[in-house]
Amino acid sequence: MADQPTDAPPALTITVNGASVRCAPGELLIAAAERAGTYIPRFCHHERMKPVGMCRMCLVDVDSGRGPALQPSCMVTVAEGMVVDTESPRAKRAQEGILEMLLVNHPLDCPVCDKGGECPLQDQTVAFGPGESRFVEEKRHYEKPIAISDLVYLDRERCILCDRCTRFAKDVAGDPLIHFIARGNETQVNTFPDHPFASYFSGNTVQICPVGALTAEPYRFTARPWDLAEVESTSTVDTTGARVVLQSSRDRLVRVLGLDSEATNWGWLSDKERFAYEASAGPTRLVEPLRREDDEFVPARWSAASSFAAEAIKDKRVGVLGGARLTVEAQFAWSAMLEQLATSVIADTQLADGLPAQLVLGLPRATIARACAPGGVVVHIGADLKEELPTLFLRLRHAIQNDGVSLIELTPGATSLSPMSAASIHPVPGALAQAARDAVSGTGGAAYEIASRLLASGRPVTVIGGRGNLAEDASFAAEAISTIVGEVDNVRFLPALRRGNVHGALELGFTPGFGPGGVRESTGNQADAVGILEAAANGAIDTLILLGADPLGDVPDADLAQHALAGVANLIAVDLFMTDSCRYANIVLPAAGYGEVDGSFLNLEGRLSPVAAKVTPPGQARSDWMIAVDVAMSAGVDLGFDSLDECRMALSGAVGTFAPVDWSGLARAEDGQLLDLTRDWVPDLVPAVVAPPLDGYGLRLVVDRTLWDLGTMVQESPSLAGLANDAVLSVSREDFERLGVAPGSEVTVTSSTGTHRMAVQSSDTLPRGAARLPFRHAGFDARRLLAAGEAVIEIRVSAN
Amino acid sequence: MSPAGTALPHAPGFIANDTPRIVTSRFEYEDSYTLERYLATGGYEGIRAALGRPPAEVHGEVRDATVLGRGGAGFPAGVKWGFMPPNVWPRYLVVNGDESEPGTYKDRLLMERDPHQLIEGCLIACYAVGLSRCFLYIRGEMALAQERVAKALNDAYAAGYVGRNVLGSGFSVDIVLHWGAGAYVVGEETALIESLEGNRGMPRLKPPYFPAAIGLYGKPTIVNNVETLANLPWILNNGAAAYKAIGTETSPGTRMVAVSGHVERPGVYEIINGTTTFRDLLYNDEYCGGIRGGRALKAFVPGGGSAPWFTPDQLDLPFEGSQIGPQGSMLGSGAVMVMDETTDIPKAALSLTRFYAHESCGKCVPCREGGTWLERILSRVVDGNGTRRDLDLLLEVGASICPGDFPHASNERLGLSASPFPYQMTTICFVGPSAFAPVHSALTLFPEEFEARVRDDDPSDDASTDRPKGVPVELKGLTHGG
Amino acid sequence: MSRLNAGNEMLAREIIARYPLPKSALIPLLHLAQEQDGHITNDAMEHLAELVGVTPAEVLGTCSFYEMFKLAPTGRYLVNICGTMSCQLLGADELLHHAEHVLGVAVGGTTDDGRFTLEKAECQAACTEAPCLQVNYRHEYRVTPSDFDRLVADLRSGARDIPEHGTLSRVRQHIPANRSVGAVPPQQVTGPPEWLPTEEAK
Repeated sequence: MADQPTDAPPALTITVNGASVRCAPGELLIAAAERAGTYIPRFCHHERMKPVGMCRMCLVDVDSGRGPALQPSCMVTVAEGMVVDTESPRAKRAQEGILEMLLVNHPLDCPVCDKGGECPLQDQTVAFGPGESRFVEEKRHYEKPIAISDLVYLDRERCILCDRCTRFAKDVAGDPLIHFIARGNETQVNTFPDHPFASYFSGNTVQICPVGALTAEPYRFTARPWDLAEVESTSTVDTTGARVVLQSSRDRLVRVLGLDSEATNWGWLSDKERFAYEASAGPTRLVEPLRREDDEFVPARWSAASSFAAEAIKDKRVGVLGGARLTVEAQFAWSAMLEQLATSVIADTQLADGLPAQLVLGLPRATIARACAPGGVVVHIGADLKEELPTLFLRLRHAIQNDGVSLIELTPGATSLSPMSAASIHPVPGALAQAARDAVSGTGGAAYEIASRLLASGRPVTVIGGRGNLAEDASFAAEAISTIVGEVDNVRFLPALRRGNVHGALELGFTPGFGPGGVRESTGNQADAVGILEAAANGAIDTLILLGADPLGDVPDADLAQHALAGVANLIAVDLFMTDSCRYANIVLPAAGYGEVDGSFLNLEGRLSPVAAKVTPPGQARSDWMIAVDVAMSAGVDLGFDSLDECRMALSGAVGTFAPVDWSGLARAEDGQLLDLTRDWVPDLVPAVVAPPLDGYGLRLVVDRTLWDLGTMVQESPSLAGLANDAVLSVSREDFERLGVAPGSEVTVTSSTGTHRMAVQSSDTLPRGAARLPFRHAGFDARRLLAAGEAVIEIRVSAN
Repeated sequence: MSPAGTALPHAPGFIANDTPRIVTSRFEYEDSYTLERYLATGGYEGIRAALGRPPAEVHGEVRDATVLGRGGAGFPAGVKWGFMPPNVWPRYLVVNGDESEPGTYKDRLLMERDPHQLIEGCLIACYAVGLSRCFLYIRGEMALAQERVAKALNDAYAAGYVGRNVLGSGFSVDIVLHWGAGAYVVGEETALIESLEGNRGMPRLKPPYFPAAIGLYGKPTIVNNVETLANLPWILNNGAAAYKAIGTETSPGTRMVAVSGHVERPGVYEIINGTTTFRDLLYNDEYCGGIRGGRALKAFVPGGGSAPWFTPDQLDLPFEGSQIGPQGSMLGSGAVMVMDETTDIPKAALSLTRFYAHESCGKCVPCREGGTWLERILSRVVDGNGTRRDLDLLLEVGASICPGDFPHASNERLGLSASPFPYQMTTICFVGPSAFAPVHSALTLFPEEFEARVRDDDPSDDASTDRPKGVPVELKGLTHGG
Repeated sequence: MSRLNAGNEMLAREIIARYPLPKSALIPLLHLAQEQDGHITNDAMEHLAELVGVTPAEVLGTCSFYEMFKLAPTGRYLVNICGTMSCQLLGADELLHHAEHVLGVAVGGTTDDGRFTLEKAECQAACTEAPCLQVNYRHEYRVTPSDFDRLVADLRSGARDIPEHGTLSRVRQHIPANRSVGAVPPQQVTGPPEWLPTEEAK
């Protein structure tokens, strides 16, 4: 945060209302005064955005040596000896005047306004405003709220034109789809006709609106601020670990707000992080244990369900998929229970869509702050961060735009950050590892030369690496990441895995080759998700446990997943919803979800932060850690803890990574606690498998994820479910023109899996020779083109 | 030269006089806008002279001449150029041809009648400050000026005066014709830059007070008015000393002034800066020849619609900024609007307040809401529907835009002493205060005209005046992240 | 409802190339669109958004700020009668009433034959020639009611040559390729112009 004091000693002194205030150079007056306890009223100023000085509410008397003059304190940077009077008669008069004029056209509909009770305009009017309006004319009128997107409504009559939402859309999100329209007294905020505010970040505008002009579809008219109870928590929607406030009314989650954490999300949230609470608050939750009887599920009592599970685990060969939905404590409880009960355990939290665990666990870890620190270089290997980790995308975008961070992209196609990247390299599938080597050496053209120069510049380098293409063997991304990290000095790694608390699960050994604490193990758990599914399918394990995993939906090889689920002797599902995979289970255990459990979350940096329960789980659903304890008890084993605190103590005692955690301080630490992930081993270089040579006729397939898809979390959130588009095959403009068909036409696509029909469109983001399909969308299931074991997927597209 | 007082029909509004003619010397010729005429009358000799000298010396010549900016603020051009930070590139010159201040009419004449003189001025400025990209921003509603400048630029490019390697000197500069689309506020130089970037023409926050360091695309930028630049060829041809020999030390040279309203001969005059008085201008036969029909002068606006008004008490003040400011107004853009004794003062004030309310960009609250509110109250008063309280309200709303003493002239009849220019303001730029200036001047100088227009307040309205203020609450705004 | 036609699109690209950053060309391009269609269509704004690399909302934001851009069709001749102070002092109100009467439309209206749209305008920088008006942004000075009647008659009969609404300058700037210095994005300019003597480029 540029205008906040840093750790450096404050260097100058100003006087605010007679009191001396020590300030950092460059600090804004409005922030310095607030830090010193003097809150200057404001509407347009927002500490995470560039000041615009539009509302004029923060005018105060500032004397910089030439006599006092009215200045907007959001625009004035402090200077030695500055004398500020925020309560001079003139400042008061100015503030009263501004407030009166803001109310000139503001409707008096506070009683029916969602913002009523938490409205800065209302509050400041009550505190500072005149008791009556002297404005007798007709106010401005507009059609009452108009939907500017599927999620956000705009009431232009209430809008005070502070430029917060429009500034956010343009400067922070890079989606200038809402804008000031018209001029002067007729100025309004609006979209272009038929171009809705379809931004992944639209909900932030609702949160920062200082009046009730912007409201969110999921929250409208559901509660009053004074009815809300709230708790600070951490978003488990993706691995960024954005800090949030969960708000409930009558024991229902009704709203999620972003919390300004300096380390992670700066107050911003993606719409998925903001609105996916609807899923856990929805009516489709599993509310009681279910036991399969023939083809039907029948309710079971917890004791019976636990006993069944215990039987299926005790002295059995067990496979586990998932775990990323769980809190760290629950992951520990499950791992402890399995270790004590089962004969053998193979577990993988990644569903064949991630990266080799040894890279994630073993490469020196970066923080978001390091990646975004002024003057750094970021290498991004993966898919569009806006789709994968949207809040991290916002941080990185800000760093590139404002702090001189240089971005090198090694992505399958152009991303949302390509226009501002220093070098944007888009290797066709199969060429990624070579491209990384070329970026280091600087061979292959201008972009590679720039990349090479940046990598050799001595500036701190952070590799943000994920799996950009599910249709390309993971070893390509792995080698690319290893190459950059191995060849460059002063480099660290930020894994761009996507799924919830996957880092907690990895740290607790839910991955082949590693035990809890990132300890290498050469025996025991050595099977990855595919291996586990194969083991389930061919009887090499007795029991498969789905810990919040939906392999039918998520594993690229859907046929294998289906065989495994149908073939395994015992299938235990622990979930919030009856997913397609759950339907194969012998027993389904209802888990408590987001906002219903206390615990902690490990983000992609290795930052441990608290997740908090705000509402009661529905029906008999219960916390995952309790389920593990119950199952152990049913098997006659005492795990040694039966409260969260005891679980934490046991965790700290058992797993070195968590030994130094100050559990009692966790809830109070705004930015959580950064764990030391230093290992006593070094990851091996993972060489890419060999891709077949390009044949010049076919296209190579890119399959990647989008924020809105058919995933459970999105589909169980009523406001989000409709946002996923149908899958359309994208090809480069040149390749599209060669096809000679109209956009959206159905074409024939042939791969080694057979012949398929799907819609096609031209794309400006793809290189020639590549074709893209989104993963897990309606219209066409991209997995039908994927064949297990192939390094890359070649397809042929023909017009008829 | 045409004798003093001669109107030149091909230069509508321009009236010749006997003063030295620096920027209007070619207005005599009907074809003054052609390259042929320009070259035949000493055209492009100034840039030729400049190119023979180092740029810094040319800059020095202009600084020594003390050419005051003619856009309104009157800041010396040579000093403004010097605000460019050293060794920051690129630099840009933006020519402000967005003339639209009420009462102002001179830049359009200069563009329509002598576009090459302006182009030559641009060339000199670009050479002096070391830049090679110039944007000539002409007001949108000036089709003829656009045509004349476009033709002149095309001819000048073809003849080698503009573009790569000007006159074989190596000096290279592109002058790009750009034109607006109807927004008064774009005349404010930071709004002009926003507009030139393709944005809504909304003024930027100050500081920085000049775009010299952070201007177009965030790069060092000089914004100069058309008339300012039109002076440069003459200065390069004749020298700063010759320029300073005209007018006064602090206001040298000549300036163009448009006198409109109730005078015998409204017109555009090139007058001697610093010494010519308003009385000279309004009453001398060489200029306006008196108030129309021999009527009495009631009031006049001395420097464009934004300027607080003067009455006959101030007639003997000269066109010298340092004397006008203390007397409560400004010289602005060389625009005098004259009201004779028959003028309906509230209505005249309304015509200006309506202008500024209409032209508010909408960026800051006091201007966006206050300007329109002033217009509505004043309309009510003019229409005879106002009450006594509305007159107080006008001043109250005005005080929310300009807290403290608003500048006004002295007036013997009313026993008023002057309150100096400028004002404090709660707005980002001067448009908001400009909406209030005519209201304040009219109400202060002619209270009786308003008193006669309004009715007494209905006492039953008074019930609400003592309503208690609200109870203070914790002012933390949004619960989170707000 | 149209995008720029092929010829205008070429012209648009030529205009864009004059600016260090493409968005700077937006106002001239909007004029070009208005010249083509008489007003600004949504399709044109979307096309311009593509050409300069911004969103349509940003184009609309700029377009709607400026009064000359009309989002709905206007008459062939846009008659703007100035009502600011200098003109107001010399009979602008009377001229406007006369115009409303003669054209048979109120301010803001368009005549049934689509020939004239009447607007009350703000200062047109012809204050000494009050009252003044503009037809498609070309001035008429010291207009009396009978001058106005004659103007309308001449425009109807074609005796007055004023281009249709949308066309401003009938001369376009043309920068010959061999004379052009060329526009470079500001971030790519790292030093002074080549011609500037080194001791000056401080």
